[in-house]
Amino acid sequence: MLVYTFRRILAAVPVLLTVAVFVFLLLRLTPGDPAAIIAGDMATPEQLERIRTSLGLDKPIVVQFFSWFWLLMQGDLGTSLISNTPVSGMIAKHIEPTISLALLTIVLSVAIAVPLGVLAAWRHGTWIDYTVMTISVVGFSVPVFVIGYILIQFFAIDLKWFPVQGFRSITRGIGPFLERAVLPSLTLASIYVALIARMTRASVLEVLGEDYVRTARAKGLKEKTVLFRHALRNAAVPVLTIIGTGFALLITGVVVTESIFNIPGIGRLTVDAILARDYPVIQGMILLTSGIYVLVNLIIDLSYSFFDPRIRY
Amino acid sequence: MTKPSFDPTSAPVLEVKDLVIGLTGDDKSSPVLNGISISIRAGETVCLVGESGSGKSVTSLAAMGLLPRQALEPRSGEILFEGEDLLKADAGRMRALRTKSMAMIFQEPMTALNPVLTVGQQICEVLQEHTKLAASDQKKTVLEMMREVHLPDVERIFGSYPHQLSGGQRQRIMIAMALILKPKLLIADEPTTALDVTTQKQILKLIDEMQEKQGTAVLFITHDMGVVAEIADTVYVMNRGNVVENGPIDAILTEPLRDYTRKLLSSVPSLVPRAPRPHGSSEVVLSITELEKVYGKKGWFGKFEAGTKAATDVSFTLKKGRTLGIVGESGSGKSTVARCVMRLIDPTSGSIRIGGQEIADFSRRAIQPHRQHIQMVFQDPYRSLNPRITVGDSIIEGPMNYGVPKAEAMKRARELLSIVGLPDDAIKRYPHQFSGGQRQRIAIARAVAMNPKVLVADEAVSALDVSVQAQVLDLLADMQEKFGIAILFITHDLRVAAQICDDVIVMQKGRVVEYATGHAVLTNPTHTYTRQLIDAAPGRHWDFANFRPLETNAA
Repeated sequence: MLVYTFRRILAAVPVLLTVAVFVFLLLRLTPGDPAAIIAGDMATPEQLERIRTSLGLDKPIVVQFFSWFWLLMQGDLGTSLISNTPVSGMIAKHIEPTISLALLTIVLSVAIAVPLGVLAAWRHGTWIDYTVMTISVVGFSVPVFVIGYILIQFFAIDLKWFPVQGFRSITRGIGPFLERAVLPSLTLASIYVALIARMTRASVLEVLGEDYVRTARAKGLKEKTVLFRHALRNAAVPVLTIIGTGFALLITGVVVTESIFNIPGIGRLTVDAILARDYPVIQGMILLTSGIYVLVNLIIDLSYSFFDPRIRY
Repeated sequence: MTKPSFDPTSAPVLEVKDLVIGLTGDDKSSPVLNGISISIRAGETVCLVGESGSGKSVTSLAAMGLLPRQALEPRSGEILFEGEDLLKADAGRMRALRTKSMAMIFQEPMTALNPVLTVGQQICEVLQEHTKLAASDQKKTVLEMMREVHLPDVERIFGSYPHQLSGGQRQRIMIAMALILKPKLLIADEPTTALDVTTQKQILKLIDEMQEKQGTAVLFITHDMGVVAEIADTVYVMNRGNVVENGPIDAILTEPLRDYTRKLLSSVPSLVPRAPRPHGSSEVVLSITELEKVYGKKGWFGKFEAGTKAATDVSFTLKKGRTLGIVGESGSGKSTVARCVMRLIDPTSGSIRIGGQEIADFSRRAIQPHRQHIQMVFQDPYRSLNPRITVGDSIIEGPMNYGVPKAEAMKRARELLSIVGLPDDAIKRYPHQFSGGQRQRIAIARAVAMNPKVLVADEAVSALDVSVQAQVLDLLADMQEKFGIAILFITHDLRVAAQICDDVIVMQKGRVVEYATGHAVLTNPTHTYTRQLIDAAPGRHWDFANFRPLETNAA
């Protein structure tokens, strides 16, 4: 297991290296002078020259890459062109809302979707099944921003149960955090509930046809035990894959939700950076995103063996 | 055939009366079970025997209340368990009865056990559901029961997962699980079919021993007349949802009244080998020398560590028009040899010559022209034919690959299909429109269409019912005579080998332990393992086709 983990981490190195090279070239290969793009139309030649020097653009490209890469290895992602603060610091400041929101969303999604999926599989072909499947189609089809605004209108404006927008760090109390995080999480969860419920249903349905489920029934076990102890755990692996990928997508794809709910997470950071052409920040975000994907995939693969003892690394 | 005594006058434990079962919500279709009646008494072993589709498994599932509710439902009749009609019992009552009063074991212990729970947990569950034992007592009871079914090293096995145990151990776990609460009735649905003969023998003995100890009534479902002869007190022969005949074992085996029973018994291949055939052509079409296959375990950073030796030092020759059988239990390496010969996998070392041409070290590309000389028929005809390609297209695909024009290949396909006994329109139909036996005929026609020198049949009749099995074996012999094909016949079944093979190789753990004529191997085995195999063959002292015990082997 340890050996496997180590090898998987080693295997991630070339992936991340490729990303690093790509990210580096992104800025250098865009048509035109990067300094000019960064400086904008109104820049004076002196300003341009200063930007070039600060970016090291006057040196050969290979030298540029290695000095950039050397700093990267030390955790230095460069400095924002707009705020003039270190990119790593900016990401660190914005990542907490995003991660906590993503976690809450996944927990909510799993808590809603898995029982729904199991129920639909158990009562396959009945109205319960059809209802769950209909809900799931709706969850897929309605865009996130529509669901977000509907939830705000209903729960925040009409019922006044929750604040309309904003974010409180979890370090300032679980109550205020939840109060502001529930609506965005539910919004984000809609699509994951649909996805996970469908996956759980399909997976459990398949497992329910297995011989060991018949054995479990032949033992006189209660249906609840048959479903959750015998069927669900065997159905876990595909569901787990969806959950893991979903989590990675959440962290990296929260742009819309964070904008609607005005949450200062990395989604907002990315949008702002793109709008302002803040290249170092964009580079940092791409690196972070790919790193998260690699990490989440590793965690998913390792967790398979927890659910299925036949999988050993 | 020792008979554990039971009292024929006692009240039956299970009595099925005029049971009719049909497709759910479809009263018009003909029923799956057509009014069958069965009764079983304490200590009695009742064998329900029949071919696939006869309704024997449906009967057992109905008794347990485990019919797939969206597919099958009882329409009329009664299932009386100690006088209580189970068809009227509600779900809660059925749950309470299961395992406590009536238990079931299944065919394939690998799939019947949950792969993600330890076997100990799975047996404990029964106690948790049906008793009020404290957790520590549960474990003690389970370990005790595991010892009773003769599992070794019970502490370790308690914490093991099913995939860490052997097939025999898994079935012992199933039996321990079924009998831990001493039920009155044990239903065993083909419990030894997926096991090797030597393991089968042990499991049958164990069921017998447990039955004697607990006085259990056993309903044993099987398709294997050998097993029936070995264990039954009473036999019910089923066909297409009806009980065609029932009676005490001796009566059924010696004086079957119905044609169907006679046919079923006559199709059981005899363990007495067929008379040796005169030597024909001396042309060697396949010769294998010191074949070895090691499955490598990939070590750290690509370096190889010593792996499992699946086949070691295997040598044999096969002449034109002859049949060589490779017999062995699972893991003996017989399929590995077949796949090496086919070059579906690459041998680690050794030589494979087809008609004098060495192919062992050929690359994938270089071997291509030689593939047509060696063709294969696989075990499961349901999975070896592409469901989306018509029978005709499946057959002509190979020859066309070797440059035969389509019209000519089609003509040959028609000829072959009629030789294997299929109707003319078969060529345009799809595999799912045929029965298992017919599909295997198609598979044989497909292989023969390539005009091979050697036909490799890997358990080619193992998935078929005995009556169909006999027909397919006849067909193989016919094809051999007509086209002079040499057959390499891989099987676990000594009876089949006895009927079709000129020579037999017995393999154990990747090695050839005996290589002689079929006659010599079966009548005068020299290796202890071969003797064990023959001894373990169920019903070995019975000559089914002639309805009498074998004289040569005093039982």
